[in-house]
Amino acid sequence: MSPRIPKRSFDAVIVGGGGAGLRAALQLARADLKVAVLSKVFPTRSHTVSAQGGITAALANVSDDNWHWHMYDTVKGSDYLGDQDAIEFMCRNAPSAVYELEHMGLPFSRLDNGKIYQRPFGGQSKNYGGEQAVRTCAAADRTGHALLHTLYQRNIAARTQFFDEFFALDLVRDQEGYILGVVALEIESGEAWLFEARATLLATGGACRIFRHSTNAHINTGDGLGMVLRAGLPLEDMEFWQFHPTGIPEVGSLITEGVRGEGGYLLNRDGEAFMARYAPNARDLASRDVVSRAIAQELLAGRGCGEHGDYVHLKIDHIGADRIKERLPGIRELSMQFAGVDPILAPIPVTPTAHYMMGGIPTSLHAQVVAPVRYGPEEPVPGLYAAGECACVSVHGANRLGGNSLLDLVVFGRAAGEHMLGHLADNPFPRPVPEEAVDRVMARLARWERPGEERVADVRVGMQKVMQAHCGVYRNADILRTGLERLTQMADRLAHAGLTDRSRVFNTARLEALELENLMAVARATLVSALAREESRGAHAREDFPDRNDTHWLRHTLYSQAQDQLDYKPVRLKPLTVETFQPKERSY
Amino acid sequence: MRMQFNIYRYDPESGKPPCMQAYELDFDPRGRKVLDVLMALKEVDETLAFRRSCREGVCGSDGVNVNGRNVLACITPLEGLRQPITVRPLPRLPVIRDLIVDMSQFFQHYRAVKPYLINLDPEPESERLQSPAERAELDGLWECILCACCTTSCPSFWWNPERFLGPSALMQGYRFIADSRDQAADERLDYLEDPYRLFRCHGIMNCVEYCPKGLNPTAAIGKIKSLLVKRAL
Ligand SMILES: Cc1cc2nc3c(=O)[nH]c(=O)nc-3n(C[C@H](O)[C@H](O)[C@H](O)COP(=O)(O)OP(=O)(O)OC[C@H]3O[C@@H](n4cnc5c(N)ncnc54)[C@H](O)[C@@H]3O)c2cc1C
Ligand code: SF4
Ligand code: SF4
Ligand code: FES
Repeated sequence: MSPRIPKRSFDAVIVGGGGAGLRAALQLARADLKVAVLSKVFPTRSHTVSAQGGITAALANVSDDNWHWHMYDTVKGSDYLGDQDAIEFMCRNAPSAVYELEHMGLPFSRLDNGKIYQRPFGGQSKNYGGEQAVRTCAAADRTGHALLHTLYQRNIAARTQFFDEFFALDLVRDQEGYILGVVALEIESGEAWLFEARATLLATGGACRIFRHSTNAHINTGDGLGMVLRAGLPLEDMEFWQFHPTGIPEVGSLITEGVRGEGGYLLNRDGEAFMARYAPNARDLASRDVVSRAIAQELLAGRGCGEHGDYVHLKIDHIGADRIKERLPGIRELSMQFAGVDPILAPIPVTPTAHYMMGGIPTSLHAQVVAPVRYGPEEPVPGLYAAGECACVSVHGANRLGGNSLLDLVVFGRAAGEHMLGHLADNPFPRPVPEEAVDRVMARLARWERPGEERVADVRVGMQKVMQAHCGVYRNADILRTGLERLTQMADRLAHAGLTDRSRVFNTARLEALELENLMAVARATLVSALAREESRGAHAREDFPDRNDTHWLRHTLYSQAQDQLDYKPVRLKPLTVETFQPKERSY
Repeated sequence: MRMQFNIYRYDPESGKPPCMQAYELDFDPRGRKVLDVLMALKEVDETLAFRRSCREGVCGSDGVNVNGRNVLACITPLEGLRQPITVRPLPRLPVIRDLIVDMSQFFQHYRAVKPYLINLDPEPESERLQSPAERAELDGLWECILCACCTTSCPSFWWNPERFLGPSALMQGYRFIADSRDQAADERLDYLEDPYRLFRCHGIMNCVEYCPKGLNPTAAIGKIKSLLVKRAL
């Protein structure tokens, strides 16, 4: 049987040309395998390019440091929901992953002795909760740009095959559950292609565009998550979304934590450095969930700045113009362009803004997608991998520490590539692609040929407003339940939406419709998971359940689309080689 | 405020030639950018096609020509633009549809300069050292976001798009020549020493004027030229 659409065959297909996808691709291309990278935008336009502050690794270039302390901080930062084996794996491998990037040519900023520059970030400590550590490696405040371009450049050298502006629609799966590749739309021609492969990696990034205001790029629409849900597989811990304390109000653009790392601090309308009240030790460099809640409290108490009292000030002018120009040039640019403020002269207005998805596609340490298929919650789905922000290993648990995402990309991107090599060696022959598997995907596409009276843009805005209002920094059962009802109405409207753009060539309206289907699926997973978790942990703060509850909730949520089913699996508290960090009360 | 726009439209499937389409929209321009208005127009007319991603000037997706200047739509303020605001695709590249151009030639030139570090020494246990002064040589080079605003404003590229590498690619070539960790400067200079690839640049400086990141390709090109002169002596 051969499907009726054009086909390309590879050993491995990687969906996503961000940091995670490119790091994995490099591993495979260097081993001389046939690997294709599909990306809906030219790879260096991926969202990784926006990352600012840096990548965390215990290099000890500035302060004493070692990976054990990094591991402790990450476990604590995760509010003990992170899997400690995965966290050990990441922190242990962090220094070599960063050195590897340097060897690849990444233009890190430098210290006087020629070593990689590091800056302090939130939640970093020496000696298991002691003094502030200095652990985040940076290329000015454009670390993501430096990292993404470097990885793309190395892939050019390794002769990876790129399919730029190809939009993956869905996974191709056979009766026994093997993943056999993806069907993707060539955006320019509007033609669907089958990309057949013995191993498929999803590295499609985040999905913060479920919110009205977010730090994320427009393309962060959770496509990989939608694909996984439609394949009948679950998503993990979708109730945990990080609100970054310092986004520019309305616009959403991020002001990196590196600003506070370089000495900046927050002020309320009375000019009070209020973080001292909420986190007496770490103050402005407490964990992000803590700082975001503190700001939200200040705003609620009427101590916000501006006409509507809906933001606070981030002061940095005291470190001096030269330092700002050298270490934070990108922030200065953004602040002038989008807040109308030169941080050399005046404080930047900031407010908590949706920023990062801690949950995602459940994976093993080797980036294999795992699901409760037959023998318990952790069985690998043959042929399917996930890495980067779309995956949940879980190293970030209930709250990610700054600088740990870029690290996650390269450590688990590499691990994915390594494991795929073994998988490809063990499975040398492709399995046949059943025609109906491809037909299913084509049906999804055909749906958008039907006319409809609702407009995609209206439904998108409606959904984003629901999520903004009903799934913010603070939640409770009533708010979430109403949110779910409203979201269901939006889903009905989406079912009746149609397109007026009928062209096949670069039809961006059609892409936005397909993206919205994914966003809706992610939003639903989020609300259902959040309503069920009756405790407060990390970024999930329930007014009606203000405490963490380790007796019942030290476990991961697994959400599946059919009947909104919820399952749970235990947190892996046992690290690979060291002692468990036992859950204890979290203060900064 | 009622605002007026004139936007380049082309859909190869329509069988119609490209045209400028007039739009009117009630829109408060204060603090808003050209991309905001393109997206608002798309909510009214979803057939309008353009690229965008980061919406903050760091990904390089939305290079377009606004009132005759190559810019990134997402960081170009609406206030102060003469109306009707005319938006066209970047000049002299083949148009795929509306504001979307085919960038293949641009990326081919980028690949041609071998834009990656070449260093054949065994990798040390930790980082290769680089002094802050050596590292400073890369500032103003590595920040290029490959938006093509410069190259598509360069008359030399217009006349020789296949053979002249253009300001962006040349600057990326120099980014590696200038890197104290790179060992292939000679090989790179050999490739660039060519009447077309490099020497079609006549210092017209359009590239500098239009770079939305404030980078200076002309200076980088000048440095390549002086390295070639030095090498010849
Ligand atoms: C403003 C900002 C600043 C940040 N700063 C930092 C920081 O300083 N340090 C840190 O550690 N983290 C930071 N983060 C987080 C970090 O940047 C992201 O989590 C990370 O870059 C995600 O990388 P990724 O490879 O998973 O995905 P992305 O880089 O988002 O890449 C996703 C890729 O998937 C492709 N794709 C998606 N859907 C499809 C589809 N349907 N078909 C084909 N291709 C598809 C896209 O084209 C893209 O290539 C920041 C995040 C933001 C928003
Ligand atoms: S300086 Fe050179 S590269 Fe720049 S616009 Fe002029 S001719 Fe083109
Ligand atoms: S040099 Fe400037 S204008 Fe040219 S591609 Fe790079 S960022 Fe764009
Ligand atoms: S959208 Fe990224 S540069 Fe404008």
